[in-house]
Amino acid sequence: MTETTPLSAVSLTRGISASRQWRVLPMIEIAVLVIGLLLPLVLQDYLTVYATRVLILCLFALSFDLVWGHAGIMSFGQAVFFGSAGYGVALLARDLGITSMLLVLPAGVLIGFAFALLLGGFLLLGRHPASVIFVALGTLTGSYACDRLARGWYYLGGQNGIPSIPPMTIGSYELTEGPAYYYTAIGFLIVVYLLCRFLMRSQFGLALAGLRENEQRIAFFGYKVQHLKAIIFSLSGAIAGLAGSLYAFHEGFVWPNMLGVVISTQVVLYVLFGGSGTLIGAVIGTVVIEAVSFWLSNSYQDIWPIILGVLLLLVILFRPAGLVSLLLSERERVGSFGRPGKR
Amino acid sequence: MALLEARGLIKIFGKLTALNGADLTIAHNEFHGLIGPNGSGKSTLMKCIAGAETPTQGTVTFAGRDITQASPAERARAGMSLKFQITSVLPALTLYDNILLALQAQTSLLNLALSRTRGVLHDKVMAMLEQFRLVDRAHEPASALSHGQQQWLEIAMALAPEPKLLLLDEPTGGMSLEERRVTGELLQPIKARCSLVIVEHDLDFIRDICDRLTVLDQGQILQTGSVQHVQSCPRVQEVYLRRA
Repeated sequence: MTETTPLSAVSLTRGISASRQWRVLPMIEIAVLVIGLLLPLVLQDYLTVYATRVLILCLFALSFDLVWGHAGIMSFGQAVFFGSAGYGVALLARDLGITSMLLVLPAGVLIGFAFALLLGGFLLLGRHPASVIFVALGTLTGSYACDRLARGWYYLGGQNGIPSIPPMTIGSYELTEGPAYYYTAIGFLIVVYLLCRFLMRSQFGLALAGLRENEQRIAFFGYKVQHLKAIIFSLSGAIAGLAGSLYAFHEGFVWPNMLGVVISTQVVLYVLFGGSGTLIGAVIGTVVIEAVSFWLSNSYQDIWPIILGVLLLLVILFRPAGLVSLLLSERERVGSFGRPGKR
Repeated sequence: MALLEARGLIKIFGKLTALNGADLTIAHNEFHGLIGPNGSGKSTLMKCIAGAETPTQGTVTFAGRDITQASPAERARAGMSLKFQITSVLPALTLYDNILLALQAQTSLLNLALSRTRGVLHDKVMAMLEQFRLVDRAHEPASALSHGQQQWLEIAMALAPEPKLLLLDEPTGGMSLEERRVTGELLQPIKARCSLVIVEHDLDFIRDICDRLTVLDQGQILQTGSVQHVQSCPRVQEVYLRRA
């Protein structure tokens, strides 16, 4: 039998130990932020363009970390929301001449949200809980089907996609690739990251943790698990949509691969490699994979995919909690939700 | 009016009839034990009441409302709470978060997103942990607890939302004698607050805490009544007590 301790004493000692535990994650986040903000000052222009692409992919990876790392929903079809938003804003720009950031980015967010709601409604909202495998295969199939649809649809440019998208505009200013686009992308990444961080550390985040750990159990507490799933899946679709819109204008064209299984799988690898369920793990995983790919493809042009594959395999086998687990304790990685003021 | 009335419950799994016309009535603030040999249908009856299984036939009425087709979440929101036979605390989360998770279940999603009830529920969480003698481990992961303590945590989680009816499926399974005794002590004070249906193999434990007892055999109710009455029934002694 355990002896009881006065509540105030327990609260005090636990409070102290909790605050001691919570130092590493914010330090990593601040370090990543500082590096991200200073990077264009030291990078050559072509590398700034590459880094911008990586930042947008970080945003995309956050969308997957929300559904898998926090809610336990294995989506192998995140590219559907990424690519559909990309195509959507490309069509707005090509056919209607709409390139204003104030219109195209909300449109991209809405498109991603709507597609996620549609696919999520179909896969997740049955009377009985859908299994992880069912959702993974269902989303993968959705991604494949969208890819094939885009390849065969003349209006969407078929195999070639939609080229020569005009630049996104803010008023009369044209936002072209380079430092300006980089800081725009990092601005969106910071805002989305902070919103996700706030939400995942809220009581809603605790409900999602319950969903991830034991869906049946929390249903017996009275949670409407289908609503939780629909909300987080749609939210993740909206973020992927934002990323897809930024990507489309940054690259200047969209093509069917943006909807397909390759990029859907790629985003899974980013998050697994960095460490799921931490948000920062998604960012680190994306940056490390893209940076290593870039370096390897220059240094070992013939065998770099093999080296990268082995590296990914090693991390996933020996560090299943991802790279961040090298720095974060299990306790801090899982997180705690309950103590006001001790976040 | 009874709090819970199950009438003519039949549950068939393929060729197996797990329940065959079972009736159960639970009054307000009644502690009711369900006993029977292995495979007699106790857990299936609990699952039909809690919504984990839908009966093939029969009705379940709770607080005057027919909940036969209601989902587990709807039943929980109506005031029913279940502790599973297999411990199902959330091992990666702290004890504190396990209890908070149970307590905040009926908070709206907007209020959850804004963490509006976190401060309000803090004292309730700590009180619950203190009641179940787990307060000094509040910020440890549930996986760090012994099996018996995990069972207490799960009972605390089931009790935290202040249900009208608490369903406990073998709460002392795998516990030491001392842990069983403490579990009995922990359950006694809740009598003023809710009704309890408990499936247990430990007859001494049932005798100590229950007012009424139902014996199941082969999916049917063999006997129901006060503990003394049921124990003295020759048929019960023949079917169950001798085996026990």
